[in-house]
Formats: sequence, C-alpha cells, structure tokens
Amino acid sequence: MRMILRFDSKTVTKPLLSKTTLETGALINILRAEVGSRRGEILIEVEDEKAEKVEEILVSEGVEVIELVEAIQKDEDKCVHCGVCISICPTEALRFNGEKKVVIEAEKCVHCGSCVKVCPTQALSLPF
Amino acid sequence: MVKTVEEINQKIKEGNVRVVTAAEMKEIVAELGAEDAAKEVDVVTTGTFGAMCSSGAFFNFGHADPPIKMQRVWLNDVEAYTGVAAVDAYLGATQLSETKEMYGGGHVIEELVEGKEVELKATGYGTDCYPRKELYTEISLEDVNQAVMVNPRNAYQRYNAATNSSNRILRTYMGTLLPNFGNVTFAGTGEISPLNNDPEYRTIGVGTRIFLCGAKGYIIGEGTQHAPPYGTLMVKGNLKEMKAEYMKAAYFPGYGATLFVGIGIPIPILDAEMARFTAVRNGEIETKILDFGVPRRDRPVVRKVTYEELISGKVEINGEEVRVSPLSSFYMAEKIMKELKRQIEKGEFFLTSPVDRIPKEGASKPMRQKEVKIVKSVMVKAHTIPPHTSIEEAARLMIEKGLNHLPVVEEGRLVGIITSWDIAKAVAKDKTGSVAEIMTRRVVVTHPDEPVDIAARKMEQNDISALPVVDSKRRVLGIVTSEDLSKLIAR
Repeated sequence: MRMILRFDSKTVTKPLLSKTTLETGALINILRAEVGSRRGEILIEVEDEKAEKVEEILVSEGVEVIELVEAIQKDEDKCVHCGVCISICPTEALRFNGEKKVVIEAEKCVHCGSCVKVCPTQALSLPF
Repeated sequence: MVKTVEEINQKIKEGNVRVVTAAEMKEIVAELGAEDAAKEVDVVTTGTFGAMCSSGAFFNFGHADPPIKMQRVWLNDVEAYTGVAAVDAYLGATQLSETKEMYGGGHVIEELVEGKEVELKATGYGTDCYPRKELYTEISLEDVNQAVMVNPRNAYQRYNAATNSSNRILRTYMGTLLPNFGNVTFAGTGEISPLNNDPEYRTIGVGTRIFLCGAKGYIIGEGTQHAPPYGTLMVKGNLKEMKAEYMKAAYFPGYGATLFVGIGIPIPILDAEMARFTAVRNGEIETKILDFGVPRRDRPVVRKVTYEELISGKVEINGEEVRVSPLSSFYMAEKIMKELKRQIEKGEFFLTSPVDRIPKEGASKPMRQKEVKIVKSVMVKAHTIPPHTSIEEAARLMIEKGLNHLPVVEEGRLVGIITSWDIAKAVAKDKTGSVAEIMTRRVVVTHPDEPVDIAARKMEQNDISALPVVDSKRRVLGIVTSEDLSKLIAR
C-alpha cells in the first residue's frame, strides 16, 4: 500500500515514521520526501497487512494520510501520445505500448508530478 | 517499368489500387526488392503529427453593419493580424491570449474546428467607407466566409534533437530539458515522415494534394527555412473541412502555445527509384543533438544521431545512457497513414503530379543583424577584494567608490561576491569578521563575448543585479550591473 503523508508545522518536526515502525514493526519504504521547516510531504510504501495499523498511528499523531490506489491520471481525450513525459519520469512509469500509445505503469508511479508540468496538452493530473 | 500518376488514379477509380503505409513498404521492399515492389505497390502513404509552431489560419469574417475596417482583432482574446483587407485576418498558432493562461491561437483554431463559438472583438479607426470603430460578437466556423489553414512551415523532414548541458531545467519549444544531459527530445517521425520518403522531391511539390488535419489540403511550396535534408513544406487546407481528432492545441510550459498538426502525404510509386526511396530506414536518417544549455543561435553539436537511436528511447552522451522523448506522436502518424490509405482505397482521395518542383538545395541563413551587443562593450572595471578583507573595510570601499558589488578574489581567481545587501544583513545581525564569512560563493558570472541580452536574462532569472565578467580561468575582467544595462536600453 502506498500512502502520501502530509505533515503540518506541528507534526513535521517529530520522528513519527520511526515511532510508527517501532510500534508496528512495519517496514516503511520512503519513495519520495519533501520536508521543510513548516510542512512536509512523504510518499511511503508499507506492506499491505500492516498498512491499516500504520495509518491509524499516523492519523492519531495528526498526520494527514492519503491512501494511493491510483497512479497519475491521463485524460485520453487530451493525450496525443507524443511521449514528452516519458523521459521526464524519474521512475520510468511512463512508456509506449505496442500500439505506440503512452501508457502508465501504476505500480512504478511515485506521484512526483513531474510529468503533469511538462504535458503540452495538459492531459496528466494527480488523482488527489 | 514506369507508371504515371494518371494510371494510378485510374486504378483508384477502378478500385484495384495497391496502397501500403510507409511502415509496411519497408518490409515489402526488403522482401521483394525495389523493382518488384514498384510493380506490386502503387501508393505509399506517409504521416507525421507534431507540434508545428509555424501554423495558423486566414479568416474572412464577413462585413458588419455598419461596416468596420478592422485595425486590430481578437478571437477569444488572442490577437490576429489584420494588416490586410477590412475583415480579413490571420491568426497564428503561437499567439498568446491576453487574458487566459496557457491558451493561444492553436487553442482558438482547435475550438473552432470542434464546432465551438469564439468571441470576436475588433477595433477600427473609422473611415467614410468603414465608419464603425468597435465590434463585439460571437462566431463559429459556419458563420465566417472563409477559414483557411495556411502554414508557412510544416512537416520538417528531420529536425535537430535537443539536450541540456547546463545545471538548470530549461523549458523550451523542444519540451522540458532536464539539467546535466538529463534527457533528450526530438521531433519528426523519421522513416514514415513524408519528405524522407521522397528525398529528391520528385512527387512532393507545389500543388500536391495532401491530408491536412483530416481535410484535403495542398502544398503551396517549400516551407520557410527549407534547407534539405532539413526540408519543410508550406501547406494550406480548408479549416471548415478539418477534423479535431487530427489536430491538437498545445501549450509547452515556459515556452508558449502551439498546434499539433497532422499531415499525411501519398507518394506514387512511379518506378523502382521511388520504391527504393520509400524503403528508407530510421538508421539511415541522421540528425544532430544540440545543446540548448547554450542560449545562442549556433548551439553546440553534442553528437550526431540517427532516428533509429532516438526512437529506441535511449542514446549515449559522454558515456552515459540518456532517456529520449519524442515530441511527435507516432501513434497519430500511424493513424493518419492508415486513414489516408483507406481514403485512397475507397476512391475518396486521388493523387496529383506536382505543378512545380520544390528546391533540392537551400540553406537557412542567420539573421542579418546590425550588431550583437556583447558584455565586453558594457562592462566596467571591477574593484575586487581578497577574502580576508574585514566587513567594515568592504563597507567603507563601497561607500567611497559608490559601489554595490565587490567580487572577492583569491590568487587571481573569483571565489565569491559581496553586495551592499550582504553588508547590511551582517550589520543587522551584529556580525563582524572577514567578508569570506558572509560572501556568496556560488557566483553567477558572464563572459566578455556573451551577448548583453543573455547577461540580462541571467540577472533576471537569478534575481541579482550584477555579474562579474570572468575569463576561462575565472580571472575577473570587469563587472556588468543591471544599472549599466538599463542605461543601454534607455539610450
């Protein structure tokens, strides 16, 4: 399970991920982190069985948790399959299929939004 | 064996023409050889679908009552050119909206083709024959007399690919280029692109009927900047007959608006030579990767590359594997080739012989400029200080000499810069000591031969007001300040 964690000025300074791991024994993989002095956003991956417990603890500590079930969204009416996004994606989640259409491999997407900013037809968007 | 276009058209009429796409033709020639392929195949369809900035449309809006001679005209707040007759105007794909973000001429054209209404606003100066001075209405393609797409430069045969050696992200018409050779982008569809399949321009010429955004269009002549083998075409077509699915308005972040244009060109296989031409492979089509990190007209060539390497999705630069993005849609190009093939097979599209040839040679010249103002001509002497200078001493020097910037030099090389703002900050924080403690170490610099415009952009982007001028060994030769540059503009 992938989750986006949003920290505010209170929670951002606390070592909450370590705390969560110690309490649950869950192995947390950090896929992306942008942490500043007043807020932070971290994308984590947690084993499915422990996801619920991890979420519960983080929420009780005041962290906003968004469960990621979807990858970046592509509007098929807008996409012309030019592929500008492909070389921009840091995790190679975008590629051409056999039909030369641009497709998204959801499990590789880390929701960084890089592709959203470069799409010339504004076909890409984050799902939340 | 020689076929004529008339004979091929006769076959189309009779319904027994053999049409293949350019992609299919490669295989056929490889299997049968050029001679037999020429007997077998009558027409090869080619296609491309890319962002083509040099595109737009002429409109004749019809006359209002009382009539107006449009001096300026806007469609959805995107200005069109009206320096022609009273109600004629040309809307360019890259013209930006004056009110709406990420919207331009290409978007207006797309909306019109989708059947939508757009706002028409015009102003005039009033004449005896055209008394009206203002006009505001809504129009659709049905309302206007003519709407003709006329694109001065489309269908580039091949195009220079782009990369970026600099340490910052570049937002260009070639898409977003990541720092430190982070990616490569390229345009054009290589072996299926029209002009690569007729490199001598035997059948593609003035008057050739083509598929243009879903309508039947025509080649007017060679396009602007036509420079074989970087050939281009000027084309026209009736906007009213076009289909939105074969065009797409676009906005490249940091660059601006443009239009994806879909073009298909049928190539008659008149003889074995044409069969050989249409068998061209991506590996034979070469272009260059240019470094957009150098913001000059003559961008350095990073390396030569074939379309085969580009299309593979990865190229090597300085021993590293770099990922590649196309800017043209191969999916759409394929769709256009197939649609054109279908139309010819159904007898809906007939071939033409060129009325005239387009040039087989030509070069795109650089602009004749009076002079390019370079940094050397505006820089002034810089007062430099060593890093151990005290903050007080630096402050005194600034006041005495009337300076805001002091480059810091150690052993003859630039190691930092100190500004009056840095001094003020140090004073506010009760900081004492040497300038080395408060100076900026990552100095943005310029060079004596750099154009003034580029130096000015560096200052603007970094939000700074001066640039030390250094040579290749980072020895300080002088300094340019934004004050000096603004004097230059005021003059």
